[in-house]
Amino acid sequence: MQKIGVFVCWCGSNIAATVDVKAVAQALKNEAGVVFSTDYQYMCSENGQAMIRQAIKEHQLTGIVVCSCSPRMHEATFRKTAVSAGLNPYMVEIANIREQCSWIHKDIAEGTEKAIVLARAAVAKLHKNAPLTAGTSPVTKRALVIGGGIAGIQTALDVADAGFEVDIVEKSPTIGGRMAQLDKTFPTLDCSACILTPKMVEAAQHEKINIISYAELESLSGFVGNFTATIRKKARFIDEDKCSGCGVCTEKCPSRKGLDEFNMKLNKRGAVYIPFAQAIPNVAVIDAEQCLHFRTGKCGLCQKNCSAGAIDFEQKDQLIERKYGAIVVATGFKPIDASAFNEYAYNDSPDVVTSLEFERIMNAAGPTKGQLIRPSDLKHPHEIVVIQCVGSRCTEDKEKGKPYCSKICCMYTAKHAMLVREKYPDVKVHVFYIDARTPGKNFDEFYRRAVEQYDVDYIKGMVGKVAVEGDKLHVQGSDLLNGEQVHINADMVVLATAIEPDPTARSLGTMLTASMDTNDFFTEAHPKLRPVESPPAGIFLSGVAQGPKDIPETVAQAGAAAAKVIGLLCKNELTCNACVAQTNEAICNGCSQCEKVCPYGAITYEDKEIRSPEFRGIRRIATVNEAICQGCGACTVTCPSGAMDLKGFTNSQIMSEVDAICR
Amino acid sequence: MSLTNKVTAEDVLRISGVDASRCMQCGKCSGACPNYDEMDLHPHQFAALLRKGEVERLMESNALYQCLSCFACSQRCPRNVEPAKIIEAVRLTVIRQKGRNYMTADRLPEKLDEDLPQQALVSAMRKYSK
Repeated sequence: MQKIGVFVCWCGSNIAATVDVKAVAQALKNEAGVVFSTDYQYMCSENGQAMIRQAIKEHQLTGIVVCSCSPRMHEATFRKTAVSAGLNPYMVEIANIREQCSWIHKDIAEGTEKAIVLARAAVAKLHKNAPLTAGTSPVTKRALVIGGGIAGIQTALDVADAGFEVDIVEKSPTIGGRMAQLDKTFPTLDCSACILTPKMVEAAQHEKINIISYAELESLSGFVGNFTATIRKKARFIDEDKCSGCGVCTEKCPSRKGLDEFNMKLNKRGAVYIPFAQAIPNVAVIDAEQCLHFRTGKCGLCQKNCSAGAIDFEQKDQLIERKYGAIVVATGFKPIDASAFNEYAYNDSPDVVTSLEFERIMNAAGPTKGQLIRPSDLKHPHEIVVIQCVGSRCTEDKEKGKPYCSKICCMYTAKHAMLVREKYPDVKVHVFYIDARTPGKNFDEFYRRAVEQYDVDYIKGMVGKVAVEGDKLHVQGSDLLNGEQVHINADMVVLATAIEPDPTARSLGTMLTASMDTNDFFTEAHPKLRPVESPPAGIFLSGVAQGPKDIPETVAQAGAAAAKVIGLLCKNELTCNACVAQTNEAICNGCSQCEKVCPYGAITYEDKEIRSPEFRGIRRIATVNEAICQGCGACTVTCPSGAMDLKGFTNSQIMSEVDAICR
Repeated sequence: MSLTNKVTAEDVLRISGVDASRCMQCGKCSGACPNYDEMDLHPHQFAALLRKGEVERLMESNALYQCLSCFACSQRCPRNVEPAKIIEAVRLTVIRQKGRNYMTADRLPEKLDEDLPQQALVSAMRKYSK
């Protein structure tokens, strides 16, 4: 028979306002096995914990029930308290009478009744608790960063500087990501490439960093500290070790129909190409869909002209298997497809461009060599209209667009307007905005500079329609402040399109069992207190994969994710979960169903000798690897014979709880 | 509608089926409106005034009869507020009242125009009277 102590917390007025805590403590005194029951204002305080320790010793308690907030908040606290008084940590049960009781009830009689029932259930469970001991597992001291944009690069640098090996897996042929495509950065207007490329070089030269470009994560197994990843390195048909990046092949290639992804498909590139001058690795890649050799079996000009002999048409995809202790998701974003917004004539005129396309047009390394000219007739525009919030802040039931604010558009629009006015004072710039959202250090000052110093025409309102009229774009929108409809004959229209997570995010999230929101952004383990961790242990979040953010925020978050990774990798071993599955060998018939549902691959089968009254002989029995089992319970509900049980949450414990509730 | 003929914002919301609280006053509806200059109140104002409960002002507006019911505002609205439905609902609350038909048969002769399809007059009768 257990000797149980019950401790009812007031949580100030959080619980005590809707639950009669004294009545709960009094009622529980009558429960079988309860030898001590009390209430206190803040059980989690030092005094509250001292009270628990003293009661354990004084009444020789074998287990305690704390009626308080969710176990997610303070279960760890009370387990430590119990341990310091000599109890096994798994002899502690929490009855959640706050989130699941006081916060959702208004009537004190109802709240009290429910609190008593929840406490009784916890007592009933505790009667069947047994002390558990957690095992340990080793930590592989290497991190995998998925995505080689500024978020991934920064996380990799910080982790590598702490002395740990890092692999960056980047799906495109070069690292650098979106930031490499930007012209200038707000609010300082410094050149994006000038501040990014030194970091790219630093990552490439770092002895602890290994860049695996043109590669994607194929599968992942294992658990925190012990992940095994399979990475598919796509065939680029170039020997990376031989290619010197001289670029002769890219000049000789006769195929000129491929669209230049780096320049947002505004110009054509060869079938063999290097994305941009500062690409890392500085190695060419062959686009097999465009390459004449792959299409017709002829050509091979690049091969003939490559003095390094690096062209390898026979190259195949390569699978790399490697172990990691931690995984960082830094998959970033892409602008949404603007073609759904044909009220802005995006499909009708090449002079209607997205902001990222405009960024390439303004960039000295872009398709126009940085000259502001219209894509349609290569003429200099005199009047430009920028439309903000294209696809942002739409309701969820809208077929197109995103419900969130993309956060960076107000600032990059002010930047674009300023850059144009600085370089071409003859160009008029009108910006249609709903709200100019500029919270951030020196951000509002930046926006005001666009208005005051650069005389950018900010119009509060949205554009309802853009129509192609001759070589002009007729923009019709509302000016809400002046109460009129405005008509502008513009030469170019720039759409400040919303951003969305990279399309690979959803499948990656499924592979990592990481949770995501309805917009495919990765969700954090706690929105305030664990902002760079994904709920599954060992998976961390960096950059826009978690939500829209600008470069300074991304870099800050990347550093935070790195700190978490370092905190994990510097441990030699991790304490496992003690609440793992176990097989009742007398009942298991080796049907393999549990093995199939186990998401961690923790179950294997062994032929064991069974000696029971019903059966004698060798039988195939499920065996749980306790270091791998995460205690999810999938096997316990799948097992048709009831042979699988979860320690700490056995079927009999749960049935006792249900019985106590229904009593 | 209550028996007192007093039209409330709730009445208009119910008849239109619109959730005006979702409007963020971006003005895309009024930016899209092809008959903006003829209207004294504009699509975004219908959502805004309805939120404030100022139904009387909407009922007195001549915009009720200038709106072409082209539904451009509803189609473009990023938040599915559908201002055209609000305008339609307010117009209905007006013409359902006694003696508030906007279009009566005796006004037909003055509207006759060779270039105007007769179907338009039939629709106008349907739209602007009980």
